[in-house]
Amino acid sequence: MSLALTASHVRKSYNGRPVLEDVSMSFDRHGVYVMTGTNGSGKSTFLRISALIDDADSGEIVFSSEEGILKHDIRLKRRITLVLPQIGIFNTTVFKNAAYGMNIRGVPGAETAKKVEEVLAFVGLAHKKDQNALTVSSGERQRLGIARALVIEPEILFLDEPTASIDEKNSGIVEDIIMKLKAGGKTTVIMTTHDKDQAGRLADTWLIMHEGRLIPHS
Amino acid sequence: MFLTESFKTAFSLIVHLNAELLGIIFLSLRVSGSALVISTLIGLPLAAFLGFRKFPLKGTFVSLLNTFMGLPPVVVGLLVYLFLSRSGPLGFLALLYTPAAMIVAQSILALPIVASLSYSAIVGVDPIISQSSRTLGATPYQVSLTIMKEARFGIMSGVIAAFGRVMAEVGAILIVGGNIAGYTRVMTTTIALETDKGNFELALALGIILLSISLGINFLLHLIQKKGTIRA
Repeated sequence: MSLALTASHVRKSYNGRPVLEDVSMSFDRHGVYVMTGTNGSGKSTFLRISALIDDADSGEIVFSSEEGILKHDIRLKRRITLVLPQIGIFNTTVFKNAAYGMNIRGVPGAETAKKVEEVLAFVGLAHKKDQNALTVSSGERQRLGIARALVIEPEILFLDEPTASIDEKNSGIVEDIIMKLKAGGKTTVIMTTHDKDQAGRLADTWLIMHEGRLIPHS
Repeated sequence: MFLTESFKTAFSLIVHLNAELLGIIFLSLRVSGSALVISTLIGLPLAAFLGFRKFPLKGTFVSLLNTFMGLPPVVVGLLVYLFLSRSGPLGFLALLYTPAAMIVAQSILALPIVASLSYSAIVGVDPIISQSSRTLGATPYQVSLTIMKEARFGIMSGVIAAFGRVMAEVGAILIVGGNIAGYTRVMTTTIALETDKGNFELALALGIILLSISLGINFLLHLIQKKGTIRA
């Protein structure tokens, strides 16, 4: 099963200043959607609303699958995930950080261990699994954030500026991870970036957030 | 000479595990340990409630809690005495001059320390932790547990600080315990009494042990704080 997401007439203001003005867009299953736009254009706000972390002032976010229209409940929230630009690292090992999503879902230990090992290898952090996650570099931290999201096998993975605060080498590794997800065909990736070259390399669909409106890149 | 002799006898009492000395130490640990368990069982949920909920006058309540961290032990002792004395509202429980009364008094002294320091630890957790757990599908309850877990070193520091305070406390337990030999006499009250009597050896022996416990507590605190401040 897989999810599709439709945003209809989404509006959001902060302190009376409109950030999103009537955003409507459909995200079909699978593929990589990349949003670019200037600072404060509303990309992150839209991502947070779409990932059900924040509420819109008006408009609608609808998730659907083969089961039909889905309710915005915890079951749906557990099928999607957002990786924030600043990764909130728990003060424990890399392994336990990555296992968090499975632990809160009550997945048995052996199954969790197998999946976590697999994902840590996928993002190139297997050798750091016993290290305290607070001591890893910023690039590794970003990869750990993605690993933590991938462990739960989200149907939609939202990535907010995944390479904004990391060096070129780690940025390349993160791009490789996104390319592998694209090739895997199981996860829809909806991400934001400032890097237009990166958008060109990764996007199946390139969107531009301009003055609170989302438009396709021509 | 007098000091040297006193210290010699004091160390001898410790080394030979004097029965009276052991009894006093054991009672002190039992009373303060029980008070710590009670204050933690109440203080931690209270800290969590304050940390996670919004309600009117919350700021005032937190300020009060902070103020109570410096409660004078003799005042607590006096209030507990008034409540537990025969003519007091809880006099029917017949708890005055028992270890239970001492536990009550010490719990009252420890509670604001545990609650206030735990509250500070909880609200001090970076909000990004709460957001990250939400993005990974945690329920509000799981988010709260995650924050508590992240605050664990601060919470442990609060609990240990409270233990240090009640172990060294003398005013409250002297009033409500009565310093009865073999029953409610603990380290601090014995030191006070024996010093008064001029029997410095036992007082010194207990002082050395009390200082060692205090040193142990501070060492533990240091270790916990060190572990809690790991950063890249």
